[in-house]
Amino acid sequence: MQVSSPFNPVSPQGLATKSLLELVLWLGAGVFVIVAGLVLVAAIRFRARPGAPEPPQVEGRHQWEYVWIAGAVAVLIAIFIPTVAMMRAAAPPGGSEDPGPDIIIIGHQWWWEIRYPHGGILTANEVHLPVGRPMVTRLESADVIHDFWVPQVGRKEDLTPGYPTTVVLQADRPGTYLGACVEFCGAGHAWMRISVIAESSQAFDAWLASERQPPPPPATPEAVAGEKLYASLSCDHCHASTVAVGPDLTHIAARQTLAAGRIANTPDTLGRWLADPQALKPGVLMPDFRLTPDQIRDLVAYLETRR
Amino acid sequence: MSELSLPRDIPRPAETRDTGLFAWIASLDHKQIGIMYLIATLVFFLAGGVQALLMRTQLIRPENTLIGPGTFDELFTMHGTTMIFLVVMPMLIGFATYLVPLQVGARDIAFPRMNAMSFWFLVFGGLLLYYSYLAGGAPDVGWFSYAPLSERPYSMTTGVDYWALGLLSTGIGTITAGINLMVTILALRAPGLALTRLPLFTWMVLVNSVLILLALPVLNASLVELLIDRLLNAHVFAPQGGGSAVLWQHYFWAFGHPEVYIMVLPAFGMISEIIPVFSSKPIYGYEFVAASTAAIAFLSLVVWAHHMFAVGLGFASDVFFAISSMLIAVPTGIKILNWTATLWRGSIRLTTAMLFCLAFLAMFTIGGISGVSFTAVPVDWQVEDTYYVVAHMHYVLFGGTAFGMFGAFYYWFPKMTGRLLDETLGKWHFWLALVGFNLTFMIQHVLGLMGIPRRVFTYPNLPYWGSFNVVSTIGSYILALSVLVFIWNMLRSLRRGAPAGDNPWGAWSLEWATSSPPPEHNFDRVPPIWGRRPLWDLAHPAASGRPPWWRELARRTRRPAMPPAQMGMLIFIGSEATFFLVLIISYAYYHLNPSPGPTASQVLHPAAAGLNTAFLIASSVTLWWGMREQHRGRRTSFIAWLGVTIVLGALFLFGQGREWLGLLTSNVTVARDLFGATFFTLTGFHGLHVFLGLLLLGMLFVLALLGQFRGRTSVGVESVSLYWHFVDAVWIVLYTLIYVWAFIK
Repeated sequence: MQVSSPFNPVSPQGLATKSLLELVLWLGAGVFVIVAGLVLVAAIRFRARPGAPEPPQVEGRHQWEYVWIAGAVAVLIAIFIPTVAMMRAAAPPGGSEDPGPDIIIIGHQWWWEIRYPHGGILTANEVHLPVGRPMVTRLESADVIHDFWVPQVGRKEDLTPGYPTTVVLQADRPGTYLGACVEFCGAGHAWMRISVIAESSQAFDAWLASERQPPPPPATPEAVAGEKLYASLSCDHCHASTVAVGPDLTHIAARQTLAAGRIANTPDTLGRWLADPQALKPGVLMPDFRLTPDQIRDLVAYLETRR
Repeated sequence: MSELSLPRDIPRPAETRDTGLFAWIASLDHKQIGIMYLIATLVFFLAGGVQALLMRTQLIRPENTLIGPGTFDELFTMHGTTMIFLVVMPMLIGFATYLVPLQVGARDIAFPRMNAMSFWFLVFGGLLLYYSYLAGGAPDVGWFSYAPLSERPYSMTTGVDYWALGLLSTGIGTITAGINLMVTILALRAPGLALTRLPLFTWMVLVNSVLILLALPVLNASLVELLIDRLLNAHVFAPQGGGSAVLWQHYFWAFGHPEVYIMVLPAFGMISEIIPVFSSKPIYGYEFVAASTAAIAFLSLVVWAHHMFAVGLGFASDVFFAISSMLIAVPTGIKILNWTATLWRGSIRLTTAMLFCLAFLAMFTIGGISGVSFTAVPVDWQVEDTYYVVAHMHYVLFGGTAFGMFGAFYYWFPKMTGRLLDETLGKWHFWLALVGFNLTFMIQHVLGLMGIPRRVFTYPNLPYWGSFNVVSTIGSYILALSVLVFIWNMLRSLRRGAPAGDNPWGAWSLEWATSSPPPEHNFDRVPPIWGRRPLWDLAHPAASGRPPWWRELARRTRRPAMPPAQMGMLIFIGSEATFFLVLIISYAYYHLNPSPGPTASQVLHPAAAGLNTAFLIASSVTLWWGMREQHRGRRTSFIAWLGVTIVLGALFLFGQGREWLGLLTSNVTVARDLFGATFFTLTGFHGLHVFLGLLLLGMLFVLALLGQFRGRTSVGVESVSLYWHFVDAVWIVLYTLIYVWAFIK
């Protein structure tokens, strides 16, 4: 599996940031080698020897000070120019005929609500991107401050309540890129993970289409029983699209992970999750319904039809 | 050299010297208080260290379930808060409390009683913070308590309340310590010790005190507003009620970034003392090292939003703060290179103290370099809020400040106790610390660059994450072992350490001119000072280039500009002004961005408040007139005018009480809307200041009736009147801001 790092970028901003990061690290390494080298050489070469006379009491030379200042300023200018260039490149496109964002990501304790307003799509915890197309993305929060960060895709940005912001998400290679909430947001922060799924234009359109369709009605007896149980337990009390206490479950089976990237989405893990949510994700708001194994089987069967 | 007389303003030391426990608790001696600072902060250091070890143990493998998120969140919040507010900052203040009066050749600190108060405020604040564990849960929202996570709806235990109260208490103690150190340095220097000759530690403490007085009031005001949100249901930082979550970040970092330098500058000062002594050379480029300190302090006030590049403040703001933050690297680089140049062609003695200073140079350079990477904004967008930040700040605060303080312990412990720390144990301490520290934190840079966020209680099992965390955890155990060696070394050396003598290192500043430990009055006699290294000059009378006697005469006969009490009051007023500035900004911000609810122009009556304003202005005039009468020697008239002043001040308070009552009965409250919240906070704190001023005036009045103030001037009366005029001036600003602004179209 590829390491999810700014050194493996898949977006133009990510590539530019990588070269800036490398520049900073190389310059920094150079400065460190000079300072540490001088200290080390001095500590060895100028060690006190018994009986040696007091060294000359030099109090400093202004010329050297100016040399150092000039050197420091030169290093900083070398960093500053590409910094500004890159910041300009990363700015979201403005314009009078702004069609609104392609994606809206809303942070919740502790999951991500994801909307595609042009297609009327609501999903959670996985951002789908068509390869190579810049997607204007609005970041909001429903409660506390969160922060969206997928290192390979590019910059992180806070999701601040009352302060929506816009970034551009782009991935030029198909793949699944892992990220996380990086602004501490409470007990579930560690397991508020996110993934970006970049796929070809056709695959992306197919995904959009399937998300737009309602899931097929349950067919097996277990699934039918599960649907009844889902209604009687009032799951939609939290999971309906208009409430958004928990993620929308209309197409839960089509997602790759459960509980905001906590664990791979399989019938088995879904059962484990329903049996004891706190065991997998301490602090999560999902209650433990104390379901029997049969009830879990039925619910899992029903939820697996929702794709 | 003959004995020199000391300035007359130096406070007299206490009468007796007892060594019992009570003598310590009740002590007003800056040396005892300094040592108590060091002991208390070492205890807190151990507590913060245990918290760190618990966290590292939990993180040793992925998906570990040893410590759950609730406890873990408390641990990192308490670790950060403890280390910053109860260890690093007060430990540096403790060293300064001990050393500054000695280094300037004074008998004690300027205000010995306030010095004790500062220390006990620290202890009290620390106890308040830790009491939260017993009161239902420690704070668990991180050391910068970002709103709205720190607001009541998302943090329902009393943890954050105790956090804020504890920090307010330590904050007050820090401000008074800053005032004390500043006045000591400005007013109590021995004859001949011009500001341009100050030992660099004392110089940096002076600059640091200025920073404290500018930064800590910002924190205090923000904490007050957070507490009002939490306890009185206001919404200053709660977006759900119209408040701004971004405003808290601006306030916090406007304090928080100067705070970083408050935690570093004195350590710079320490190594600026130690490196020259063990290189047998004066500091290279004294003027540049000193001036760069001032430059850093100034710049640190205008870089705060580099902590907020991920907020999305926009291009212009990001570029401004990128430039200002980059500029800080210049004076810092000057310092590093001057210290290195001091080593060059010296005669270097590798004592433990010196080893820690050399390690400081290398480790702090790494922290500085990783700091520069945050100023390259897009790089910040990647590494912010990850383990890279954790690594960076520990290279600055542990590899930098803590190593500097370890060096300072080895260097000044002999002065404080009369015994040397053991060098063999010291070398063990040093090498274990250096290895353990780098094992712990170097790899955290990599972890951050591989995508691990900070403040996670556990992490998924992704490639390398587990194994790299094992390395970090092992390093932390080695680091902990080094601290145990250090503690053992101190305990052992207290009884069995080799006797140190007055000046074991052959050092040059004044603290080494007295016995170890120094007598209660510090100096039997202060040596003559005609340069930056008085003891070196004394030992090299031929080479020292003593300036012509007439210039020295001019230096020696110069009197301080004003009595210390008045100087202290003026500095205090400066810090109060900063405090009010924050409350004023909050008011103005929500006046410009009103939330639904009543606004100033709908509910306030400028005429009634105008009458009130007239009372307060009149009270300033009567006080000024009363003091004029005192200067003319008319005591009765002075007392009468003092009485009139008190009556006018009381009338103001009465008027304000009426206004408040009217607003409350028409349901304009702190909790109603943001006008209410900011209006009552601002006028309430001003009213509190008026009330305190009245208490002071009342004390003067009673003392005058009892026969005090028979002279034509009195420092007490002058100081109280300065305070009273300040309170009036604040009100004139507030009246303009609140009443005039609301009604001009």
